[in-house]
Amino acid sequence: MKVLAQTLPTDWRDFFALTKPRVMTLVIFTGLCGLLAAPGSIHPVLGFTAILCIALGAGGAAALNQWWESDLDAGMKRTARRPIPSGRMARTDARDFGIVLSVASVGIMGVAIHWLAAIILAISIVYYAVVYTIWLKPRTPQNIVIGGGAGAFPPMIGWIAVTGDITLMPVLLFAIIFFWTPPHFWALALFVQSDYAKVGIPMMPVVRGEKSTRLQIIVYAVLLLPLAAAPWFIGGTGAIYGVTALVLSIAFLLMAVPVAFRKSAPDDTMKPEKRLFAFSIIYLFALFGVLVADRVIYGQGYL
Amino acid sequence: MMTPEDETELKRRRTSRNYALGALLVFFVILFYAITIVRIGD
Repeated sequence: MKVLAQTLPTDWRDFFALTKPRVMTLVIFTGLCGLLAAPGSIHPVLGFTAILCIALGAGGAAALNQWWESDLDAGMKRTARRPIPSGRMARTDARDFGIVLSVASVGIMGVAIHWLAAIILAISIVYYAVVYTIWLKPRTPQNIVIGGGAGAFPPMIGWIAVTGDITLMPVLLFAIIFFWTPPHFWALALFVQSDYAKVGIPMMPVVRGEKSTRLQIIVYAVLLLPLAAAPWFIGGTGAIYGVTALVLSIAFLLMAVPVAFRKSAPDDTMKPEKRLFAFSIIYLFALFGVLVADRVIYGQGYL
Repeated sequence: MMTPEDETELKRRRTSRNYALGALLVFFVILFYAITIVRIGD
């Protein structure tokens, strides 16, 4: 089967699928918000190029991730249909495609925007493809915490593309997504039966148990609250962002409380976990959306 | 051995891949032109 399929050239759609387009929508959204919320201005063509480079870099890292994990993906129901495990693409093609995308994204960013943004982009790609995928994901149940770092780079890069320097604000945007990721993912991990254990990836609920996972969710939700409001406290944003961030984060924390202090029964409907997961997505979109709105409203002098 | 069906599928994939690659090249030509024009003014 696999050999026969390989005699045909890979369909271009499979290369597109290799970039994880659904993850990329979030990358583009947060990157764009970082770019739009940053003080100063950037020419629309350059702004578009910066976002394109962030997206290309994320796509390249995703391709490298699937090159490395193709045999793990083959062993899990959710991922067995991906281009490599299903035999529609050669492993080396995915590796080369990932390298080309990564190198091109960093090169274009450096030439078109500046090399500081390009270096941070390069770090984010190496972080996801090497530090996370190859090194730590198969070794520690804190893998989601570490993986969250990869997802936290886009708004920071978008911001730096405009300002040209690293200040506290882009670091805070990084920290917000970093601390948001564990409760977001572990809420999902509690109600979705995954087969990570089967392929030897140590996910927190399996390794440390449900109770520990629930407690860690609340720890991150508590830490997220002051971090999300910090851009307002340091004067980086106005009250529109600050008050919204506080309200959103308190709501997030209130939804994390029942998740943290209960125990799932057999045939549990897992309602609090599902609610927390659904709200976590709304939370991130709303938080970054209002960050841009705050900047536009105060920046344009509407208030 | 390739069946005639395989042959048709191969040609279809090769054609669509070439079109995708061509579109990508045209896109980057336009993008680099635009970037150059914008940055010349800096």
